[in-house]
Amino acid sequence: MVQVLAGWGGLSVPGRELLAEDLEALTRGAVLCRGLGRSYGDASLPARSGDKVAASRLANRILAFDEDTGVLRAEAGLSLAELNRVFLPRGWFPPVTPGTKFVTLGGMVASDVHGKNHHREGCFGAHVRALRMRLADDSVVECGPEREPELFWASVGGMGLLGHILEVEFALHRIPTAWIHMESERVADIDAFLGALERAASVWPMTMGWIDCLSRGSSLGRGILMAGRWATPEEANGRPVPETVERSLPFELPDWALNRTTAAVLNGAYYWSHFEQRVERLVGPDPFFYPLDAVLHWNRAYGPRGFTQYQCVLPRAAGASAVRGLLRLLVKLGCASPLCVIKDCGPQGRGLLSFPMEGTSIAVDMAVTPDIQRIVDRLNELVIAAGGRIYLTKDRFTRREHFRQMESRLDDFSTARGKWDPAHRLRSAQSVRLFGDRA
Amino acid sequence: MKAVILGGTSGMGREVARLLAARGDALFLLGRDAGDLARSAADLTARDPAHKPFDHALCDLERPETFAPALEAADAALGGFDTVIVTAAMFASQDALEADVELTRRLLTVDFAHTIVFCEHARKRLLSRGGGRLVVFSSVAGDRGRKPVALYGAAKAGLSTYLEALDHKFHSAGLSVLCVKPGFVRTGMTAGLKVPPFAGEPDRVARDVVRAMDRGKALLYTPSMWAIVMFVIRQLPRLMMRRLSF
Repeated sequence: MVQVLAGWGGLSVPGRELLAEDLEALTRGAVLCRGLGRSYGDASLPARSGDKVAASRLANRILAFDEDTGVLRAEAGLSLAELNRVFLPRGWFPPVTPGTKFVTLGGMVASDVHGKNHHREGCFGAHVRALRMRLADDSVVECGPEREPELFWASVGGMGLLGHILEVEFALHRIPTAWIHMESERVADIDAFLGALERAASVWPMTMGWIDCLSRGSSLGRGILMAGRWATPEEANGRPVPETVERSLPFELPDWALNRTTAAVLNGAYYWSHFEQRVERLVGPDPFFYPLDAVLHWNRAYGPRGFTQYQCVLPRAAGASAVRGLLRLLVKLGCASPLCVIKDCGPQGRGLLSFPMEGTSIAVDMAVTPDIQRIVDRLNELVIAAGGRIYLTKDRFTRREHFRQMESRLDDFSTARGKWDPAHRLRSAQSVRLFGDRA
Repeated sequence: MKAVILGGTSGMGREVARLLAARGDALFLLGRDAGDLARSAADLTARDPAHKPFDHALCDLERPETFAPALEAADAALGGFDTVIVTAAMFASQDALEADVELTRRLLTVDFAHTIVFCEHARKRLLSRGGGRLVVFSSVAGDRGRKPVALYGAAKAGLSTYLEALDHKFHSAGLSVLCVKPGFVRTGMTAGLKVPPFAGEPDRVARDVVRAMDRGKALLYTPSMWAIVMFVIRQLPRLMMRRLSF
């Protein structure tokens, strides 16, 4: 039996992860660390099958929690699902959460994840106070915004290439209730969407939108805008903490199940299911923040061919025309997908490779078809021309030369990496592809 | 419930400890690494600050002289425990054991002799106050002599037999004995082994264990599929077992 490791999109390579509760001991000599394997592409995959890959998910203890300040320190393998399960009923929530709760704290730092509140709170890294890390020379150090800041900001969003994250310290936020007051609005086209997103961002702490990326012509970029804030105790009116119902997709669907036609039907149904123009309601945090987590193993819907997510951010300066251009290109290239998410991002964070920048982020799931490389190339060319960049956590097909062109901070990152890991001992399949590390 | 748990800092034991703590049971942790014990105690406290503090003491299955003082400390801290849980054990692959006789001696001593000696200390304390609960993690490896677990399985077979007899002998005296036989569970202990079908996760196993404890069961296979798997394996003829690799 050949053992393989796979990203969330289904790409697998020969390799094996080593599991242990003692992450500090486990990472000694390790080349790569991986959490729950939710990065879509090859970020958590080893460069070579023999590389020592340390799996952090059993290192899941909370080491300290301050009930007054919300400051929490935990081992890096603690999952957001577990964190929320423990702290949501107690009135605490992470300052930033990505679109799935099946991630580890270490992964959240390495990807410098962002969420629906990016325009207010920035990325997760902006809230991290300290990291305990094992570096390439096998030493163990503590770093933070004040202590070894160069190492810290290179590690935030650094895809695990600076060191293995062992412990994470950050402050949870107090929430008034465990419910979200959500307002959703059907939007007719992309221009209306960009305006609505901007207006919503000035009022709401959390915003995002779903786009029907199969619609074209006058309804190009139609979709549903969602905005939310934590409900007040009066609004929640004593409702108990919502419980999550999880279903699982028990088997892999065939490749043809999700195609242009079925995606168009799903998209149309979803768009028109939002029958009223505007809806206000209370929802639980799970359906609001993690709608896809409701179906475990939903990645099986794409079948054995697997899928990737193309997520890019286009700077505000490039204007609405760049966003329109990207959507048109998506439609033209025939990227049939029910999932397309739009979000306006706030200013760029301090993480040297952190993804978001002030502008519009668009994420589209795409099945891996024979011409996927050509599709990603075409999209990347547009993004480069607009001055944008892609999200490494989702990426699997970007070419090295394209990555260089979109990443002006690469030299700073390389300098930091050269200082802490001159031999580039820590690496992944992705770093071989994008940074030119030896395999 | 007032429980002592040996091995509650990692693997399935960690999850059992979390479940018991979450429902308010008093817990005392035993383990061989003071730092690790402190981190686990901190984890349990952070999860439920209203809970009474989680004390701990050193207890090492390789050093039987630590058993009595550790149980004494637990008794004092809990004001008399009524439950003792043993999830700690030593594991090594058959290849590693065959290559190193000293390692074999250590593993057989820890998993068989010393685990039973620890249980004897616990049994006496529990019976002296009219009984209680003894929960010990054995393994499906002890159910049949199999090639990949010849030595580890032998130690666990001996342990399972002891636990069965303990149940027979002291059940009427008020001692409830639960022998837990986990199948393959993804923990640090089994890291590096080839993962077979029906592999379990530690948190699911812990739920099964706590339910079986509450129901006073004497034997538990978990994940439950392993009861069927081991039933089949026990029926296989010798000629077949000689050929098969498991």
